[in-house]
Amino acid sequence: MNFSNFLLMRQEILLLAIILLLIVAEIFISPKKKQSIVHLAIFLFGIHTIVGFFAIEESSLFGGMFRTNGLIHFFKNILNVGVLVLLLQSADWLKEKIVHHNRGTEFFVLLFASLLGMYFMISAGDFLMFYLGLELSTLPVAALAAYETTKRKSNEAGIKLILSAALASGVSLFGISMLYATTGSIYFNAIAEVITTTNLSVLGLILFFAGLAFKISLVPFHFWTADVYEGAPISIASYLSVISKGAAVFILMMLLFTVLKPLMPIWEHMVYVFAILTMFIGNLFALRQKNMKRFLAFSSIAQAGFILLGLIIGNQLGTATVVYFVLIYVFSNLAAFGVVQAISLQTGKEQMEDYEGLYRTNPKLSLVMMLALFSLAGIPPVAGFFGKFFLFTAAASEGYYVLVFLAVVNVTISLYYYLLVVRAMFLRKSDTAIPFFKSKIYMRLGLVITVLGILILGLYSPLYDYIYELSSIFN
Amino acid sequence: MDILSLFIIVPIITILALVFAKGLKQARIISMIGSMVQLGMSINLAFAYFAERDTNSDIMVFTKDVVWYKEFNIHYYIGVDGISVALLLLTSIVVLAGVFISWKMKDLPKEFFISLIVLSIGVYGFFISLDLFTMFVFFEIAVIPMYLLIGIWGSGPKEYSAMKLTLMLMGASAVLLVGILGIYFNSDADGGALTFNILEIAQVNIPLEIQKLFFPLVFIGFAVIGALFPFHTWSPDGHASAPTAVSMLHAGVLMKLGGYGVFRVAMYLLPEGALHWSWFFIILSAIGVIYGAFAAIKQTDLKYINAYSSVSHLGLVLFALLMLNKTAWNGAILQSLSHGFMTALFFALIGMIYGRTHTRDITKLGGLLKVIPFISVIYVIAGLASLGLPGFSGFVAEMNIFVGAFQHDDMFYRVVTIISVSAIVVTAVYILRVVGIMLMGPIKNDSYLTLERVTWYEKSGILLLLTPIVGMGVAPLWLSNMILESLQPFIQGLL
Repeated sequence: MNFSNFLLMRQEILLLAIILLLIVAEIFISPKKKQSIVHLAIFLFGIHTIVGFFAIEESSLFGGMFRTNGLIHFFKNILNVGVLVLLLQSADWLKEKIVHHNRGTEFFVLLFASLLGMYFMISAGDFLMFYLGLELSTLPVAALAAYETTKRKSNEAGIKLILSAALASGVSLFGISMLYATTGSIYFNAIAEVITTTNLSVLGLILFFAGLAFKISLVPFHFWTADVYEGAPISIASYLSVISKGAAVFILMMLLFTVLKPLMPIWEHMVYVFAILTMFIGNLFALRQKNMKRFLAFSSIAQAGFILLGLIIGNQLGTATVVYFVLIYVFSNLAAFGVVQAISLQTGKEQMEDYEGLYRTNPKLSLVMMLALFSLAGIPPVAGFFGKFFLFTAAASEGYYVLVFLAVVNVTISLYYYLLVVRAMFLRKSDTAIPFFKSKIYMRLGLVITVLGILILGLYSPLYDYIYELSSIFN
Repeated sequence: MDILSLFIIVPIITILALVFAKGLKQARIISMIGSMVQLGMSINLAFAYFAERDTNSDIMVFTKDVVWYKEFNIHYYIGVDGISVALLLLTSIVVLAGVFISWKMKDLPKEFFISLIVLSIGVYGFFISLDLFTMFVFFEIAVIPMYLLIGIWGSGPKEYSAMKLTLMLMGASAVLLVGILGIYFNSDADGGALTFNILEIAQVNIPLEIQKLFFPLVFIGFAVIGALFPFHTWSPDGHASAPTAVSMLHAGVLMKLGGYGVFRVAMYLLPEGALHWSWFFIILSAIGVIYGAFAAIKQTDLKYINAYSSVSHLGLVLFALLMLNKTAWNGAILQSLSHGFMTALFFALIGMIYGRTHTRDITKLGGLLKVIPFISVIYVIAGLASLGLPGFSGFVAEMNIFVGAFQHDDMFYRVVTIISVSAIVVTAVYILRVVGIMLMGPIKNDSYLTLERVTWYEKSGILLLLTPIVGMGVAPLWLSNMILESLQPFIQGLL
């Protein structure tokens, strides 16, 4: 072990350094300038994001506990960009509502700690590291969900999240212990070599899968989602639906495609059923939502169902399409949450009917929202279409035509409720429409980045080729 | 820059210019210039096409092939044959006429024109695409602006109609997506690589079972937008609620995507499937022909009359395509063009009448010939063209269709042909009925005595649409030759 080995972990180390730096910085920032902690944190994280883009070699550390490769590194970058956009979008909220109560630093520390947990989770080379990462990524978010301590719903969200997360990781751990019992190892590489289809290993797989299904909020493990999203601050709802879900999808994919690959005949069926249930339940429940946060919660449940279409085929094509879709989903969903955040911060309104007539007062915000919703619905030429089309292509490549057919039925259902929001914003006229307001610079920057992502990611094909190349490890 | 990509680039530039436009005056001028350039380009394309045909005997000319998504073998692959050239001409004429008719669009003019032009990008792109994926992308781009166009600027139950139309068309395109994936993953049946390239797939012998399975999906996916019975229900509501220019564009151009897609994709790529299923879809489209005509008789709203008449006329297009016969195919393409001009003209006239009298109910109108003679006379001409009077485009098209369809020896085909022909009589009934009630007779309302005269931009729009109707009727041969020439690969593949 020498110093250069540590450089493989530079994303983790750098993030840890930022966390420590922020704690120290809080001591030195005078009480009158508390807001500067927000600027500092965003600045530092921006640098961290840029540093992340430098390539990293494929290797492993600590006897295989920690590993990294091009795809993992790329995915960490996706998470970074997502968190950066999220910070930009929540900067004003933090400055206005949070830092006054001396809780600005904690917010960043908790958020970054959770992100650090995700790094470890997706870089894990054995189940111990995986579990540590999973816990580290979940627990701080529960605290963050309850961050608006004066609101009852926020507290409720925190409790709900931590109870269901604890249950989920408990179940997951139980599954892991069974896998350990059948294979005698917790190292992914070792397990992959010896695992066979026995009753115990299948049970372990199912329990483990259920644990992660909680995090991705697949039906029927989705009950916490809508309540938590509704109660939690919007940045945290956004974090849960974009970053947390993305990371969980990624690690689930990594494990299914490598460690649990011998059990593919089993988990194929599980994924199939989960995909159908998640798409239908998520979409049908979204139809009746009136609160924008709950609406986006069910929409993101349904999106998770679509992701499973790429997961089911278990090869390079599946990996590439899933990662590509998650990347696009990050931008689309962040744009939608960003608009909700901007409006909620300005007016405190979060109901769909409050959006009526928005285009005539706030055309730019409405356009961003429309692009985001079209991207989520999968309408060309915005990026979401390409993500979905490729997922469907992946599923069809192994002959899952029925599943693709059910998925396109769901796309049509989802189009209905996405258009409901468009209808409210563009078609309706309202005397009580939200009056014109100008967002602050951070928010605007955050929205512009997402819009650029939505517009460019789909049309720019070399990106997909790059991801496909990175995914060759799953060939 | 190649001559075809300009059809995408010019509208995009127009949109960018519109973004910076201020108010109605600038917006309409910019849109008019943009659409005029488009029209000039498509006329130029027609001439260039004839010149190119003399030396070049490829199926498609002016092709351009750029790799887009390498891993999926998706290309931006474009090119035209005679059929697409004719449809591009139709599109650019109707778009320009639509801009003229929307000259006084007061509410959110900039957004209106932008949506209109986005729609036209979708249509242009669709007609020039030779790659299934690219084609599908443009197909959806063409459909989605309809939601805003009807929802914001429409009338009546516009939210309902807009939602119904969008969901039915997007639902159909979702079904189509499954069909396209089915074709894609069987395009290696002869041992080649997977491809979305239409011309390459046409050379592949896709297994019979696969063709039978996916033909209905692709066919229905396209035919819904061509108002195939029983999936036509979006069309009357959508047209009735849409603003004038949108009805024109939608009935005139967008619905042609259905017939074109059915022909170019479903039948060309899955010929065995077409043979297997043709009887079933012939019955459906014949029902559409008859049902649309009879439904039009009972309507009193002008737009509903015209919408049901579109269902009937476009049913005829699908009907003729499925007859698998060269003459009928020629008729189908001519009918697409002819109906495109005619129905756009009808909707433009209806819009003008409605704009003046504020009603579309024919029972409340009467004697319009005396007060707005120009509009009324053109309405009669359009009506006569629509019921197939010789000398107008409708006659040429329908003649070809029925002559071609009757050439089948099989009893079944002859019987359905005879039944469908009877729709022509019914067409005469609903058209003459409107002419009689609305244009002749006493003036029912005194306020109609002071109706506004026709303005120059309305006249421009009308003449723009009337010229090709008469032109096609009087001199159909050059167009028909251009189409017949392009039918050659279809004949090789299907007959």
